[in-house]
Amino acid sequence: MTYTDYATGEPVVDTKAPKGPVNERWDTRRFEAKLVNPANRRKHTVIVVGTGLAGGSAGATLAEQGYHVVQFCYQDSPRRAHSIAAQGGINAAKNYRNDGDSVHRLFYDTVKGGDFRARESNVHRLAQISVEIIDQCVAQGVPFAREYGGLLDTRSFGGVQVSRTFYARGQTGQQLLLGAYQALSRQIAAGNIEMHPRTEMLDLIVVDGRARGIVARDLITGRIDTYFADAVVLASGGYGNVFYLSTNAMNSNATAIWRAHRRGAYFANPCFTQIHPTCIPRTGDHQSKLTLMSESLRNDGRIWVPKAKGDNRPANEIPEDERDYYLERIYPAFGNLVPRDIASRAAKNVCDEGRGVGPGGQGVYLDFADAIRRMGRAKVEEKYGNLFDMYERITAENPYEVPMRIYPAVHYTMGGLWVDYDLQTTIPGLFAIGEANFSDHGANRLGASALMQGLADGYFVLPSTINDYLARNPHHNEVTVDHPGVQEVLAETEDRLNLLLSVDGDRTPDSFHRELGELMWEFCGMARTETGLRKALERIPQIREEFWRRIKVPGTGEEFNQSLEKANRVVDYLELAELMCLDALQRSESCGGHFREESQTPDGEAARKDEEFSYAAAWEFTATGDAPVLHKEDLVFEYVHPTQRSYA
Amino acid sequence: MKLTLRVWRQKNADADGAMSTYEVDGISADMSFLEMLDTLNEELILKGEDPVAFDHDCREGICGACSLVINGDAHGPERTTTCQLHMRSFEDGDTIDIEPWRASAFPVVKDLVVDRSAFDRIIQAGGYITAPTGAAPEAHATPVPKPDADFAFEHAECIGCGACVAACPNGAAMLFTSAKINHLNVLPQGAPERETRVLDMVGQMDEEGFGGCTLTGECATACPKGIPLVSITSMNKEWLRATRTSGKR
Amino acid sequence: MTRTMWDSSVGKKTVMAVSGLIMLAYLVVHMLGNLKIFFGSDEFNDYAHWLRTLGEPFLHYEWALWIIRVVLVAAVVAHATSAYQLSRRDIRARPTKYVHKKPRASYATRTMRWGGIILGLFIVWHILDLTTGTVHPDGFQTGHPYQNVIDTFSTWYGNVIYIVAMLALGLHVRHGFWSAAQTLGVGSRARDRALKVTANVLALVLTVGFVSVPVAVMTGVVS
Repeated sequence: MTYTDYATGEPVVDTKAPKGPVNERWDTRRFEAKLVNPANRRKHTVIVVGTGLAGGSAGATLAEQGYHVVQFCYQDSPRRAHSIAAQGGINAAKNYRNDGDSVHRLFYDTVKGGDFRARESNVHRLAQISVEIIDQCVAQGVPFAREYGGLLDTRSFGGVQVSRTFYARGQTGQQLLLGAYQALSRQIAAGNIEMHPRTEMLDLIVVDGRARGIVARDLITGRIDTYFADAVVLASGGYGNVFYLSTNAMNSNATAIWRAHRRGAYFANPCFTQIHPTCIPRTGDHQSKLTLMSESLRNDGRIWVPKAKGDNRPANEIPEDERDYYLERIYPAFGNLVPRDIASRAAKNVCDEGRGVGPGGQGVYLDFADAIRRMGRAKVEEKYGNLFDMYERITAENPYEVPMRIYPAVHYTMGGLWVDYDLQTTIPGLFAIGEANFSDHGANRLGASALMQGLADGYFVLPSTINDYLARNPHHNEVTVDHPGVQEVLAETEDRLNLLLSVDGDRTPDSFHRELGELMWEFCGMARTETGLRKALERIPQIREEFWRRIKVPGTGEEFNQSLEKANRVVDYLELAELMCLDALQRSESCGGHFREESQTPDGEAARKDEEFSYAAAWEFTATGDAPVLHKEDLVFEYVHPTQRSYA
Repeated sequence: MKLTLRVWRQKNADADGAMSTYEVDGISADMSFLEMLDTLNEELILKGEDPVAFDHDCREGICGACSLVINGDAHGPERTTTCQLHMRSFEDGDTIDIEPWRASAFPVVKDLVVDRSAFDRIIQAGGYITAPTGAAPEAHATPVPKPDADFAFEHAECIGCGACVAACPNGAAMLFTSAKINHLNVLPQGAPERETRVLDMVGQMDEEGFGGCTLTGECATACPKGIPLVSITSMNKEWLRATRTSGKR
Repeated sequence: MTRTMWDSSVGKKTVMAVSGLIMLAYLVVHMLGNLKIFFGSDEFNDYAHWLRTLGEPFLHYEWALWIIRVVLVAAVVAHATSAYQLSRRDIRARPTKYVHKKPRASYATRTMRWGGIILGLFIVWHILDLTTGTVHPDGFQTGHPYQNVIDTFSTWYGNVIYIVAMLALGLHVRHGFWSAAQTLGVGSRARDRALKVTANVLALVLTVGFVSVPVAVMTGVVS
């Protein structure tokens, strides 16, 4: 049976979401959930993998509640998780501006922005919690931007017409993460969290159908160890690095979620990836990663390309009437602030027409000349100074004088492990939070919502819902390393690493990763076609086969070995990529970040097919290279009725 | 361009290290410094040699992982992180010395990778505001004057890379510690723990074996986020204040 | 509080700053007193005698002087001990030097340690020379400081030791005064310039003031 001949299994149902009015569901669920007696919490161990916004906040909060937390990160310190690089801001329905915002509007915007492929219950809960997050972060000392009166400042952000985004200059992610890191540090000092930095999860331990621990490798000594717990929480982030070039950190990886998937957790909507419109274009083949420029730049910058094809004049010499401010022209109501997928695709279209700028024609201008004229250079500097500096450092061009050049890049993955309303995966006792799960953003994430979701999951949702699982599963039976199931996982992990070390071929891990990334960018990137996806699905197994024949990893497994780490991550990318393409192939509609060229309106916009595809696709693993099983979760819209998204 | 690299190689924490020389060719001025090292490593792997280990992650100047001393300067000749340094800052034919952060509180793990967990322990000693989840008052309940908020932000920008320690002839962590103390102590939310925070963090800093401050200013010159030297003065003031008042309680 | 002070690197720096400022205040007075030498031997000797009767009749003869001496010795000991301990900590904290060397920091900063040692040795010589007369060139006469000073500065080595030490003092004060301000937390961005100017002026005035005496003796202005 070929990979594309997948079977469709039983539908998957979220049994945890309560019925009733959407605004009461979270209260209902919290009330229905069983609680763990505070005195008993100490006896429960919870493993948390990852220390970003979701993992950091979850670890700290679970420890505050009295659980014994064992936490892992591959970085040398929990403070370095990639949430730190988020620039723009965090949404919250505070309505401090009195501009008509409300929980319901944030809920509505997020469902609509996600192109009606997210669950109403989850999104409404997210909108409700958003206001508590701001309170929590302010109490922790997060230095949000403030007005002269001492109150919090907000700004508007891609895809919405209210000013609900709280920010800390261009470093909101950093400040929120450091808040969570500091809360985590307090609990580490108190002895409630056992922190393992530079330790990477390599597999999940499932005993009697329940997640009971992980296998992890100490990256300094190379020692592979088992860690046991009553529940495991994956907060390991997204899988954008499948594309090799992305805005993710170099070491962000999909191993934790992919290994969990292989052990039985369904993977939902893997093809939903977000391409961010405002990244710095690549300069050559040496490029190791792409750098995002905060989307907030679109508030004041104007995007344009020359009207004429192949116009090679410097930007400043192109007269006003020969410029095409294409977003303002096509989408007059939202202009430069249209959602990310629309802005990205529009940039791709003008570049495909041959009107792109910069080396290789893979770029469009983001121009601040008008903003500088209107607000003065000082004001622009205050708002965007650090971003401008960063741009200049990377490109050696001064954006105060010449327009920035930007191009879309892979930024975020909406897909992830399938979770129910409690954020529990299909493996009992295994939870996934933050970008690692698929839950809240549908087919497209709105700007400044990732930070909101990560912190909502970590501070508020998981710490409430995990109680229910732990209360119902007291796990008095200890799992030890001698358990046959554990030995098997351990042996598999060791074998995999040993095999990587023993092939001794003639290609580096990076060369395979780069090849896979280019393939994915071409066929599973901004625009996808059936032919392209089939081509990719044919090619990926070949690359995988070649990988196992020609990979070269120097050194041994019993030492600090960055090549081995990298190679092992590429192993999982080579499998995950295949699932992404298959998911993109089966979803023959366009929605949000997933654009199938076969499914577009006459004027080139994404055309959803709600009758056919109003579901989340949850995939069940069978074996490497074998067709997975598709389980559909039907999406029901009671409050926000699907309409063709229109930003014109 | 073509470059000669002299790189500190050290197998592990216990091994002796030495500088090794490598030649790299075909380096583009648009490459980042780390991409130049990637190029070297790809060649080394194919030759069957051990690639040079170095810490790096976000490569956009914010995670604080990258940590190279380049020609004697922490993070190299520009005021930025190593990952944001580009090869256009060098000339064809240059010889570049690359060494790890040097401080006894930052022992070498391998090659150019050091252990900076001492920084985590300084934060654990008091670099937080005790605000358990769920206990927060409404965000607008306490306005923060803009100058204070800006002061807090300026210090909160620290990325914990450790360049200050690497640059300091005394291996002092004063700039790192002061940045966090100033960030939290100026805010009304941080006031209840103002005294214990500074005393405990400075105490932990000493315990980790960092040196003292002789105000050479090297730390502030090396800091990629521009934390100013006067940050240390503010911390000293907080410390003296805490020493005076905590005795009275 | 004493324990916290002495156990902490920041506390020891505070001890250095306070003791340094005490010595600095003393030096300013000392330098001004020295300048009386330009008004002739009677006035200079009278001034030296007055120092011994300072505070009378409330204090006994020489008590004030001894109080000052005790305070100064305490300051020197505290300054030197904390400097020694802090230096040891600093050296331990940075045992491996970079292979790629660069000239760093200002001259004054780098010479604080050597300058401190030079000044320490100088103080010992200075007391043995002009207070106890133990190493005085010829015929130390108690109660005749004017002549003693002229004797010292009539030898080449007396001048060399003194002038070198005073230059070291200038450099030490220049960085030390500004540094003490930072340690005591009175520095700020707004005040930084003023502090640096004050430090430079103090250093210059002290060095010029002190060095003017041997120069005057050498050139015969004072004899």
